[in-house]
Amino acid sequence: MSQVEDVGTARDAVDRRSWKDLNRTLELDTRLLGMLAALAVIWLGFHLMSDGKFITSRNLWNLSVQSTSIAIMATGMVLIIVTRNIDLSVGSLLGFLGYTMALVQTDGMISLFGMNFTIDGLRGHWYTWVAALAVGLALGALVGLIQGSLVAYVGVPAFIVTLGGYLAWRGLIFRTGGKQGQTLAPLNDTFRYLGGAPERSLGDWKSWLLAILVCVAIVFSLTAARRRRHRHDLAVRPLGADVALGVIGCAVVLLGVWWIAIRYESPVTGDPVGVAYPVLILFGITALMSYLARRRRFGRYVYAYGGNPEAAELGGINTRRTVTATFVVMGMLCAVSAAIQTARLNSATTNLGVQNELDVIAAAVIGGTSFSGGIGTIPGAVLGAVVMQSLRSGMSLLNIDSPTQDIVVGIVLVTAVAVDSLLRQRRRSMVIGALAVGVFIAGAVIQSGRP
Amino acid sequence: MTDATDPNEATDQAGAAPTAQHHSADVDRSGTPLCELRDIKVSFGGLHAVDGVTIDLFAGEVVALVGGNGAGKSTLMHTLSGAHPADAGTILINGEPAVIHNPRDARRFGVEVIYQKLALADNIDAGANVFLGRELRTLTGALDDEAMDAATKKLMQRLNPRFKNLKTPVQSLSGGQRQSVAIARAVHFNARILIMDEPTAALGPAETAEVRELINQLRSDGIGIFLISHDIHDVFDLADRISVMLQGKLVGTVDKDKVTKDEVLAMIIMGKQPGDVTNEEIAELH
Repeated sequence: MSQVEDVGTARDAVDRRSWKDLNRTLELDTRLLGMLAALAVIWLGFHLMSDGKFITSRNLWNLSVQSTSIAIMATGMVLIIVTRNIDLSVGSLLGFLGYTMALVQTDGMISLFGMNFTIDGLRGHWYTWVAALAVGLALGALVGLIQGSLVAYVGVPAFIVTLGGYLAWRGLIFRTGGKQGQTLAPLNDTFRYLGGAPERSLGDWKSWLLAILVCVAIVFSLTAARRRRHRHDLAVRPLGADVALGVIGCAVVLLGVWWIAIRYESPVTGDPVGVAYPVLILFGITALMSYLARRRRFGRYVYAYGGNPEAAELGGINTRRTVTATFVVMGMLCAVSAAIQTARLNSATTNLGVQNELDVIAAAVIGGTSFSGGIGTIPGAVLGAVVMQSLRSGMSLLNIDSPTQDIVVGIVLVTAVAVDSLLRQRRRSMVIGALAVGVFIAGAVIQSGRP
Repeated sequence: MTDATDPNEATDQAGAAPTAQHHSADVDRSGTPLCELRDIKVSFGGLHAVDGVTIDLFAGEVVALVGGNGAGKSTLMHTLSGAHPADAGTILINGEPAVIHNPRDARRFGVEVIYQKLALADNIDAGANVFLGRELRTLTGALDDEAMDAATKKLMQRLNPRFKNLKTPVQSLSGGQRQSVAIARAVHFNARILIMDEPTAALGPAETAEVRELINQLRSDGIGIFLISHDIHDVFDLADRISVMLQGKLVGTVDKDKVTKDEVLAMIIMGKQPGDVTNEEIAELH
C-alpha cells in the first residue's frame, strides 16, 4: 500500500543485481570492505616475499599483540578528529601515565604533577596492579579534562593545547616521583599479564570460550536489530543476508581464534597460547567505543557536531561538554595503552610512547577518519592500526631497516588519504591511478630496502 | 551513487495537480490571531534595530517579512524565537501573553525556526537530524534509531511523499528534500508557529515548487508561518500578507492580492505607502 519505497525489501535484493544496490541492501560499509581487501593483499604480498613466513600463527599472534596499543588509542582519536580537533599529546601522555603507574608498583608512590605521596601498603600486594591502573585512568581522565576544557571552554585551538601537552607531559616524567627519569622496573606480576607474553595469555579453553561468546554476541545483536526494526514496521535485511552475515562473522571469529591463538604453541610449554590479554582488551574497547559512537547520545552528538557545529548548537546540544568528553576518553585510553606497553617491557622509561601520536593519527586516518570532520569509524581505525602494523611487521621479516620502513609507511598513509579524498570527490578514474602510483612506489622502496 | 535525483520522478502519491495559488482571502481572520507581536522594541546601544513594530499572524496564514539589509526583520524574529529577547513590547500567542527569554521558551510555546542554512548535520541521516538534540531512547539509554526512523518515515509520508532515502546522510539529498527534513523537525515537535528564514534562497524552480507544496501542507494543518525573504517573487508566490520594514520601523502590512510588486518595492526602498507613490518614482526603481 505504501508507495514509499523501502530500502532493503526482499524484492529489491532479488530484482537489482548491481553491486551498489546489494551494498545498500546489506548496509555494509564499502570502505571497511576495501580496507579488509587491502589488508589481505598486504598479508599475501608479504607472505610471498618472505617465503611463507608471514601468515603463520606465530607471526600473526605477534602482530595482534603489537597492534593493540596504537589501535586502542586510535579508537579515541577518531572521536577527536571527527569533532574537528586533534590530539598531539597522546604519546607524551602515554609516557607520563606509564611512568606514574610504574611508580605505584615499584615505590608505592602516587605522583600527581610533581606532588608525591608514598602510601604504605601500596606496593607488593595483590591489589597493587588495581591501584596502579586506577591511578593511571584517573590521571588520564584528569589530563583529558584539562586539555579538553582549554579547547572547548577557553577556545584555544586543539592543535596548540595538545602541542603544549606534547611538550609538558614528556617533561613532567622527569619531575615525577623525584626519580629524575630513572627507568622503573620490575613491575607487578599480575600487571604484567596486560603486556601480552605467550606464557601469560588466555590459554586453550578460555580462548575457545571467548570465541563462542563473541559468536553468541554477533547472533544476538543481529536478531535483536531485526526484532527492533520489525516492531516499528521498518524494512529489514533479507533473512538470507542476515544469516550470511552471522555465519561469516562467526566463521571469521572462530577461524581467527583457532589459527592465530590456538595453533600458536608456546615455545616454552608447548601448550596453545591462546588469545593475548591486550588483544582481549582491544576487542572489549573496540566494542565499547563502537557502541558509544553509534548507539549513545554522546556519539550522535560527536558526529553531529563534526558534521555541522552550528546545527548541533542550534539543536540545543551541549557541544562544549561533548568536545571536552572526547579528550577525557582519549586520556583514559592512553592510560590503558600505557599499561599495556609498560607491562610488555616490564619497565617504564622516559621515552615510552615517543612518536606514538603520529602512528595513532595515521591509523585513524587510514581507517577513514577525515580531517574535515564528521566522518570516521571505530572499526576502521582499528583496521588502520592493523594495516600499519602489518606493514612494519612484514618489512621486519624482510629485514628492512627502520628508516626505510618509515618511508614506506609515509607513502602508504598519503596514498590511502589520496584515494579516500578522490573517492569522496567522485573522481573514480583517478583513484585507480593514485592507488597504482602509491603501490608502485611503496613496492619499489620495499624492494630496494631488502638486504 | 545515491538517489540525489529523486524529486524529478513523475509519480505523485496523491495524484494531485500542482497546487493552485493560495489566496489571501482564504485565510480565516475572524478569531484571535495565532501570534501577535505588539510594539516590539530592540536596541543595540543607541541603535534602534526594532522600533515599535506590531504585526500579527493567523493560523493557516503565511506572513512575509520583507525589507532591505538592516531593516530589522531578523532581529524582530529573534524576539519571537528566543535568540534575542525584546527590550520592550508584548508577544501574545493565541491571545495569551508569552514570555520568551531563550530558544527553549520559544519551543515550549510552539515556535520553531527553519534557518536559512537549515541547520542540518550533513553526515547523519534524516531521522537523526529530525530528532537532533531530542533523541528517543530505549530503556537502556541507548538511541532508539528504529523509533526515530519510523516517526520520520511517517512525517515524510505526509510532508514529502516522494522522499525515500531515510538512511542516507542528508548531504546527498536535494535542496527541497533537505528543506522537508528541516520542516519535519519543526513539525514533529508540535510547532504551531514557524519562522522560515529565506527558505528558497538556494533553490532552483523545481525545488521552490516543492517548498510551496510543503508550505501549503503546513497551512492546511493550521500552522502559521512568518517568512523572511529578500526575493519579491517568492514572497508573492508564497505569502498571504506582506509586512514591510525599513530601518527598524514597520512601513505597513498589506494584503498580497491588493498590491503590485512595484508598490511593495516602493515600500521596501522608499518607505512609501502604496497610495502615495507616483508612476515616475516607480519607474526610478527599475
